[in-house]
Amino acid sequence: MSNNKVITANELTKTFGDFVAVDHISFEVEKGEIFGFLGANGAGKTTAMRMLCGLSMPTSGKATVAGLDVYTENEKIKRSIGYMSQKFSLYDDLTVKENMQFYGGIYGKKDAFIKSKTASILQELHLEKEANVLVKSLPLGWKQKLAFSVAVFHEPEIVFLDEPTGGVDPVTRREFWNMIYQASANGITVFVTTHYMDEAEYCNRVSIMVDGRIEALDAPAQLKQQYHAASMDDVFLKLARKAVRAAD
Amino acid sequence: MRTIRFLLQKEFRQIFRDPAIIRLILIMPVIQLMVLPWAADYEVKNIKLAVVNQDHSEYARQLVNKITASGYFNLAAYSGSYNEALHQIEEDKADVVLQIPAGFEKNLVKENEATLFMSLNAINGVKASLGGAYLGSIIQDYNRLVRTEWIQMPRFSPETQIAITSSNWFNPLMNYKYFMVPGILVILLTMVGANLTAINIVKEKEIGTIEQINVTPVRKFHFILGKLIPFWLLGFVVLTIGLTIARLFYGIVPVGSFFTIYVFSAVYLLAVLGLGLLVSTYSSNQQQAMLLSFFLMMIFILLGGLYTSIDSMPEWAQWITRFNPVSYFIEVMRMVVLKGSSLADIRIHLLIMLGFAVFFNGWAVLSYRKRT
Repeated sequence: MSNNKVITANELTKTFGDFVAVDHISFEVEKGEIFGFLGANGAGKTTAMRMLCGLSMPTSGKATVAGLDVYTENEKIKRSIGYMSQKFSLYDDLTVKENMQFYGGIYGKKDAFIKSKTASILQELHLEKEANVLVKSLPLGWKQKLAFSVAVFHEPEIVFLDEPTGGVDPVTRREFWNMIYQASANGITVFVTTHYMDEAEYCNRVSIMVDGRIEALDAPAQLKQQYHAASMDDVFLKLARKAVRAAD
Repeated sequence: MRTIRFLLQKEFRQIFRDPAIIRLILIMPVIQLMVLPWAADYEVKNIKLAVVNQDHSEYARQLVNKITASGYFNLAAYSGSYNEALHQIEEDKADVVLQIPAGFEKNLVKENEATLFMSLNAINGVKASLGGAYLGSIIQDYNRLVRTEWIQMPRFSPETQIAITSSNWFNPLMNYKYFMVPGILVILLTMVGANLTAINIVKEKEIGTIEQINVTPVRKFHFILGKLIPFWLLGFVVLTIGLTIARLFYGIVPVGSFFTIYVFSAVYLLAVLGLGLLVSTYSSNQQQAMLLSFFLMMIFILLGGLYTSIDSMPEWAQWITRFNPVSYFIEVMRMVVLKGSSLADIRIHLLIMLGFAVFFNGWAVLSYRKRT
């Protein structure tokens, strides 16, 4: 296996009873890549992501993350990844600083590291004045940016983002993507699901999931060419209309 | 170790920022311990008595006076017709009807024999049976009085009589509060321990932060310890508040040592916290956790020996109480507080409780999954 492949999935499948949520998907993600994971609601994106993060046990197939097996080395994988879920999952009743301290601490980071990293993130996000403010009193856009910073606080190899910009205004979305580029430039591989097709254009490569299967996987420019579409929006609509599974 | 430090720091910050938890911990024990022991005792008082007096004699009057002077009965109605009195029962204005038939005095004096009729409202079974028993014993007493007045008692009674003298050990004045306060304290600890832990973890499930924790390398054992320790300490706070109230308001000073109480409580709290954990792993939202712990609390309280004596339960119910941690703690509390039992006396209870703690926590740790 090449060292450049930080995520590999081979016929990865997850079933819930009769329902095949993720149907034999195979793909590879290279180091430092921004990999877009697209699909309609209920297409199986989150389930696939949860299997890679060690939150959900695959039914069959193979997968490695950071060179580690998702079946047997799932706890080791967790040291190398960051995760930002669909739900906002920082502690509302802790302050901005306390959240960073907590997540840094449970990843086993040293006090000095936590201190300097906290200071640099606060500066980047222009949140110095809000350092001791409870997270619940921040506006949503700020919370999302903070959640991303916390997800990469421990400097993971890969960060998984599950619809990170849902419900966020366009300006903040743009700022959010600047942060993603920054992380990618620092060598962090970004695995991101989204519903916004303009965001798909920002990715190095995208895969489009329909009914649990990967229907297309390539760079946005190639996909547009292949499907004779003017934008990623058209590509997505052409593929997603094939879906038989009802969106939830 | 470092991980646990961060987990604890976070947990304590959250607890101290939650005014609801602070209120629960400080106010709940105060209210429960100040109000319940006065209201919830085993004695039946204020029994509403309807007297049907068809005799209107001196003796009948004396009997009624004696009954009302006992302090257990309130004279609710006084009439000449039984049907009228029965109507009082139907309207729940009377619990007991005592009928003194016409010719009561005459029969008593002349025939040396008289009959009375008692009818009881058995909707409230406890009140009816205890009320009937009280009334019966007052009438017996009156009977003896009449006999000594009328008959010159021979030096040796022709009837064999057994006189009973009794002494109440460990609670000489039969003060119910001595009995109830330690029991209520146990219920409080159980509620704080089991409910708070369960709700706390399920809340993290609802918000989604538990998923964020599950994606970190934190070991589930560490995570659970981080949840147990804060609530374990809070349990001690509640216990201390409770023992202070017991002393200040009820003058209850344990005959045994505080050390024994705290050692047993330490193990007991571990057991109920484990139960709380278990409830949380099987509930996906706060409503489910609340209902499940409410169901368990009902069983624990009613089959715990606080309100009803375990010895008088049917055998199968007594078996259930053996699987109820609350019943052991109530017993231990009463043993230590009233009897002065030491650690050596409660060693079996302690071992059983340790078993509960290992069982509940072990089960909770095994059923907690970071990966589904």
